[in-house]
Amino acid sequence: MAAIVANSLGSQPPPTAAPRATHDPFWVRWTLTAVALLFVLFFLVLPLAAVFTEALRKGVGAYFAAVRDPDAIASIKLTLIAAGIAVPANVVFGVAASWAIAKFHFRGKSLLTTLIDLPFAVSPVISGLIFVLVFGLQGWFGGWLAEHDLKVIFAVPGIVLATTFITFPFVARELIPLMQSQGSDEEYAAITLGASGWQTFWRVTVPNIKWGLLYGIILCNARAMGEFGAVSVVSGHIRGETNTMPLHVEILYNEFNSVAAFAVASLLALLAIFTLVLKAFIEWRHAASRR
Amino acid sequence: MNPAVTFPQPSRRVLPGFGLSLGFTLTYLSIIVLIPLAAAFLKTAGMSWGEFVAAVASPRVLASYRLSFLASMAAGLVDVFFGLIVAWVLVRYSFPGRRIIDALVDLPFALPTAVAGIALTTIYAKHGWVGRWLEPHGIKVAFTEIGVFVALTFIGLPFVVRTLQPVLMELEPEIEEAAASLGASRWKTLTRVILPELTPALLTGFALAFARALGEYGSVVFISGNMPMRTEIVPLLIITKLEQYDYRGATAIAVVMLVASFLMLLLINLLQKWSRRYHRV
Amino acid sequence: MSIQASDIRKKFGAFTALDGVDLNVARGKLVALLGPSGSGKTTLLRIIAGLEQADPGSGQIQFHGEDVTNVPAGKRKVGFVFQHYALFRHMTVLENIAFGLKVRPRRERPSSREILERVRQLISLVQLEGLDGRYPHQLSGGQRQRVALARALAVEPKVLLLDEPFGALDAKVRKELRRWLRRFHDEIQLTTLFVTHDQEEALEIADEVVIMNQAKVEQVGTPQEVYDRPATPFVYQFLGNVNVLRHQVLTQVGAHATGAATLEADGLVYVRPHDIELAPDEPGADGAAAIVRYLHVAGPQARLTVELVQTRESVEVEISRTELTRLGVEVGALVRLRLRQGHSFDDDYAI
Repeated sequence: MAAIVANSLGSQPPPTAAPRATHDPFWVRWTLTAVALLFVLFFLVLPLAAVFTEALRKGVGAYFAAVRDPDAIASIKLTLIAAGIAVPANVVFGVAASWAIAKFHFRGKSLLTTLIDLPFAVSPVISGLIFVLVFGLQGWFGGWLAEHDLKVIFAVPGIVLATTFITFPFVARELIPLMQSQGSDEEYAAITLGASGWQTFWRVTVPNIKWGLLYGIILCNARAMGEFGAVSVVSGHIRGETNTMPLHVEILYNEFNSVAAFAVASLLALLAIFTLVLKAFIEWRHAASRR
Repeated sequence: MNPAVTFPQPSRRVLPGFGLSLGFTLTYLSIIVLIPLAAAFLKTAGMSWGEFVAAVASPRVLASYRLSFLASMAAGLVDVFFGLIVAWVLVRYSFPGRRIIDALVDLPFALPTAVAGIALTTIYAKHGWVGRWLEPHGIKVAFTEIGVFVALTFIGLPFVVRTLQPVLMELEPEIEEAAASLGASRWKTLTRVILPELTPALLTGFALAFARALGEYGSVVFISGNMPMRTEIVPLLIITKLEQYDYRGATAIAVVMLVASFLMLLLINLLQKWSRRYHRV
Repeated sequence: MSIQASDIRKKFGAFTALDGVDLNVARGKLVALLGPSGSGKTTLLRIIAGLEQADPGSGQIQFHGEDVTNVPAGKRKVGFVFQHYALFRHMTVLENIAFGLKVRPRRERPSSREILERVRQLISLVQLEGLDGRYPHQLSGGQRQRVALARALAVEPKVLLLDEPFGALDAKVRKELRRWLRRFHDEIQLTTLFVTHDQEEALEIADEVVIMNQAKVEQVGTPQEVYDRPATPFVYQFLGNVNVLRHQVLTQVGAHATGAATLEADGLVYVRPHDIELAPDEPGADGAAAIVRYLHVAGPQARLTVELVQTRESVEVEISRTELTRLGVEVGALVRLRLRQGHSFDDDYAI
């Protein structure tokens, strides 16, 4: 369901200057602004600040030691692998789904659109659980996998699958409304001019959706790298092997190694900030290109 | 006349790639989403009714439903209240740093939940930045139900703000001016004209925040303390059962949650249809 | 190349867009497909272009006698200009026009020098010199229109199809551009079919007008033919203002001029406002008595709404301003109406 919120590029122009003079009296404006700022300060700024403060509590040396720890490095690598597979897979899916839904008319289209949203409605923990039920030892393919000495659950493939499930709708949810609003006239024009299907797609469609696509990718990536609940269920928590960054943070934190936990967490927080900045930039670009 | 308006869409597949794109979409959707989800339902189908009820209605499970439901409810309500103020301020007023605040609203999306969890725990713990001011007054946040509520409020905020913002932006100032010109006071304009327009969006925002809170795990486990019967949320209980290799018990609870989530999804879809009822004829 | 479409049928769900339509466009002609919204004209154009498939059971689309019904749009050698132009928004004017040449398979593709040369020719042909580096959003509506035209012409189509080519432009530009299109057509002599809902536009520039209504062709003819001799009541009403009078009324209006005996008493007669003559109400004057209810003078014409004394029916009348001054008519005045000509479809009866 994050879709509805994450999905702001297509529908919602980013706020520019406040429209028109408002009629609220000065004291109302002042009070409301103060309340809003205080709430944002307590609920959003403080947690972010706490991450970096705690990470640097014992100085820069301890910080870098924690980040350079082999287990931390291994967790970073695993996170990159999981996102590196899940994000491109969901990009291909998102483009295919939005092409089918936006460019063609077929029965069951709205059902399909709803089904694409489904993973947003599922608790992360359950997202992990269902893969245990399919691939775990007790699961459908458990016996077969064990016979062939293949491991999905408590191993990297399980982590990749759970991550893919969790981030499944992001790109599609971004592209479907965008492609629908753009219509198909440019594609038709390209076809009448003799362009092939792929030429039309690469030369006309892709340039038109590139900002929406990028927007979907960064949101998808942020979630893929940060996913905790689903991955936690399928990972098995083997240090240096099946721990992603968020799982590594958990282990360090539960071992009361607060500085190291927050040091690794700070990398994820930096990713979050980077995501927000890029997102704001794309919204700004998008608004500019519309004018 | 514009064919895009007059007719739904050209039915002939003049554009290529229909079979390929739809085929891939359905295959991928089935493998990643539908088949694994079906596994959960099929697993419980193998249980007898008695087993199922025992799994999903034991006192400990009921206590976790209660906590998850009430805390999500409270968090959703608080998010609606403050989210409305934040959205209003962001859309209507201009002040230095507005754009930064606007970008920050999405932090709960972008920040991994585990990071949010340990950060909130640290802040609200006994010696934390906020905890140390509350502790002397006898208010304990970390490792209590209030902690669960705080984490869920954090997680839900962007849903409300981002649902309200576009609606607020689309509100025509003329409507307010019309109300004012008809003699309505600012307060009356707000309660009689603006709030009714916002109601569907407020409800949608609440439903989204509530649904997300029900399933939330990462940001809650650290701050809740995870005491059975007291601060154990439903997703945590599922994990606990899994760790005890009670797959059936875990799946049964998961199915209850899935049904609840799907109902919420349905409700949200209906709400969004309702909120668009005045648009498009 | 000529275009023949025979028995074309198309339904969108329960809505019938085309109900067995035939169309012939002779080589080198400029033909207008004219009709109200939803009459099926755009659908017919898109089917001819291959952007839409006619329903099974339809007849053929032929270009110069060659069946192209199952030829995909990209291979039909048609130039299609979309109503909202559908310019590639991320490409410059030059890149837009060059697109059709650049996407050709390597063996058929001209060298980039040739492409550039061809594009430059087209740019000067549509009078857009100096704008080659602009993006669509930096152009005016009329300029975009011409880029779309140049882009369609770049692939050397055998047929040019335009969907509401002037629909998205403001009135002044629209007039200029349609005259330009007429001259342009005379210059390049390419078989051209364009869709419009604006009768003035169709009558002004087309060699031939095809009038469509409710999924069918109502009439085909030169502008003069369709205006002077409308084949159906619809065409009569669609091309300009018309009074629909019951025959009874008519006998009073112009009794002296009709041999109205063959008309049914409740038959309908179509009369253009400018085919009614006004006369002062003098004793012994013939024609039907009417009271002037409304008078509007704008430009050289005066428009009046008069109410027949006997039946209280309203009739629109158009006379020149000089005539108005001569008559000295004012609102409330009593006048006599006489008919110059009218038309009835009941019996193919003309007055």
